Amino acid sequence: MLNELALKATNIVKYFYEPTKFQVLKSVSLEVPKGEFVSLVGKSGCGKSTLMYILSTMDTDYEGEISINGEKLTGKKQNFLASFRNANIGFVFQFHYLLPEFSALQNVMIPALKLAKFSKKEIEERAYQKLELLGLREQALKPASKLSGGQQQRVAIARALINDPAIIMGDEPTGNLDSVNTQNVFEIFQELTKTFKQTIIAVTHDDEFAQKSDRVIEMKDGHIV
Amino acid sequence: MRLTLQIAFTQMMARKKQTAVATLGVTFGIGMFILMVSFMTGINILLEETMLSATPHIRIYHEVKASKTSIIDEVQTGAQFMNVVHHIKPKDEKLNVKNGLMIAENLRQEPEVLGVSPQLTSQVFYNFGPIQLNGSLMGVQILEENKLFDLRSKLVAGRIEDVLASHNGLLMGVGLAKKLNMKVGDKVTISTPKGTLKLMQVVGIFKYGIGAIDDVRSYTNLPTVQKILGKDSRYVTDISLKLKDYYQAKRIAQIYEKKYEYKCEDWETANATILVSFTLRNIITYTVSITLLVVAGFGIYNIMNMTIYEKMKDIAILKAMGFAGGDVREIFLIQALTIGFMGAATGLMLGFILSVWVGTIPFDSGGFLAMNTFPINYDIRYYIIGFVFSILTTFLAGLFPSIRASKIDPIQILRG
Ligand SMILES: Nc1ncnc2c1ncn2[C@@H]1O[C@H](COP(=O)(O)OP(=O)(O)O)[C@@H](O)[C@H]1O
Ligand SMILES: [Mg+2]
Repeated sequence: MLNELALKATNIVKYFYEPTKFQVLKSVSLEVPKGEFVSLVGKSGCGKSTLMYILSTMDTDYEGEISINGEKLTGKKQNFLASFRNANIGFVFQFHYLLPEFSALQNVMIPALKLAKFSKKEIEERAYQKLELLGLREQALKPASKLSGGQQQRVAIARALINDPAIIMGDEPTGNLDSVNTQNVFEIFQELTKTFKQTIIAVTHDDEFAQKSDRVIEMKDGHIV
Repeated sequence: MRLTLQIAFTQMMARKKQTAVATLGVTFGIGMFILMVSFMTGINILLEETMLSATPHIRIYHEVKASKTSIIDEVQTGAQFMNVVHHIKPKDEKLNVKNGLMIAENLRQEPEVLGVSPQLTSQVFYNFGPIQLNGSLMGVQILEENKLFDLRSKLVAGRIEDVLASHNGLLMGVGLAKKLNMKVGDKVTISTPKGTLKLMQVVGIFKYGIGAIDDVRSYTNLPTVQKILGKDSRYVTDISLKLKDYYQAKRIAQIYEKKYEYKCEDWETANATILVSFTLRNIITYTVSITLLVVAGFGIYNIMNMTIYEKMKDIAILKAMGFAGGDVREIFLIQALTIGFMGAATGLMLGFILSVWVGTIPFDSGGFLAMNTFPINYDIRYYIIGFVFSILTTFLAGLFPSIRASKIDPIQILRG
């Protein structure tokens, strides 16, 4: 069980062609077993976000191979990857990205409604639980556009958790949070990995956050060091 | 509710103004279409009805033709002859339809025929003091004629039965009566082209609402005209027919022409010029309406494109959360179609209300046509056409932006 891999990336190479051809990732390989809480650190511009987008299957323009839960995802069709993400990956973006017209609750519910594994009533209940977990129960019915940056980021975290994904990826998920909320999110993540064997890969600039996690992976100039 | 539907509606509710503007475009397009079609076809129907109220569906008469060959061509045939005859004139043929009354009787038995009225028409002068007015005198079996053209309802004075009761009773067109300053009971002397004079008495005045008839025609009993012209009691020049389905007139006329060997003219041929104006009106209606709808369609296209441009981030988030390209396309198509539905519904209402309003505007046709207000044709078919057309337009207008939205690569936008 412990040896089972949640994520396996082999020799990932990524180029950007604008404004000039430029190699961002230089043969990155990475293995994350199930239930591990991994922090990804490194200087700004070293390619952390780029790697996260590739690992989360959203960016398909790379060389190398990616498997999640033992399923090879490289070369799969966009629609397949979309429904795969919906069921298996929770993602918290570097900039929060909620749908502004919808309430916090609705934002959390949408990926679950899309997955349609539970009834709407159950989904609503679950969404309230996740918001509660992140201390946002009172904000549930507010439109996302009326929330503060930190609140929006926590709603995005709640949204990433709603489908109980095997892997939760965060690109600086606590970047906008104060220390109390950062601590809270850290505890939630730890609980998810310990109790529910979910896997977390989080980019962070917070050294304390990184040190407390199971493993710290450091990147430098497109390499893992 | 379907998730895509819910997302589409929520987004539209958040941008009520743009949604309203796009909807109004369709509303006006469809509204104008309904108004124009109702009005134009209203005119067409009025004209057609007016025309048919006085025109037989089929008129059978003896067409006088100059013979193309002279008698000498029939006698001296062969290559050795060259016959030259200048300006051949018609023979002094009788203008009547031989056995007209028999034919009329025959036609009455035909299942497609509604009514038959044999007639004898003569050009006459109406003598009014020193002035002579040109006109026509139509000898009819007045009750048959009434069956065909509902003469009774066209009478502005007098009674039909009074024509039957007297041998010189006259039903006079309202325009003619005005020119001659005639009232019911007044007498008028008419003269035929052959010089016969006859004193007649006006017993009724009719009005078809068509100047070409009201200004020249009078009706009297068939035998009276036969006597004035010195013809026998079987002599008739025209047979007027009404059919059960007047759109069959052309086909049936051809059959009768073969059968009776007389000219059978259907109403469409007789009124070809008016029918051309029908076609023109229809063309105008559809061109203008389609233009309006295309403009509305472009409005929707623009607004959809703008919406999608502004919603790039949201589309990227949806895709990142697991929405497929097809889901995104659905969301925006739903928005376009919703605009189409709302625009169609409000447009049909607007069109109906405008039609009702235009239908109350007084219009004076100068006595030419029997109408006081603009004619409006309420036909559910045009409402269905308008509805289908607006849905189709908005669907096409929304389709291309929606496809574009479905192809947006989320990563491009999320990277910023
Ligand atoms: N869309 C892009 N086009 C070209 N270069 C890019 C693009 N996105 C990022 N980069 C470059 O790639 C490198 C890595 O970026 P990124 O992965 O965002 O770094 P990090 O998240 O570690 O700060 C940077 O040098 C950045 O300028
Ligand atoms: Mg970054």
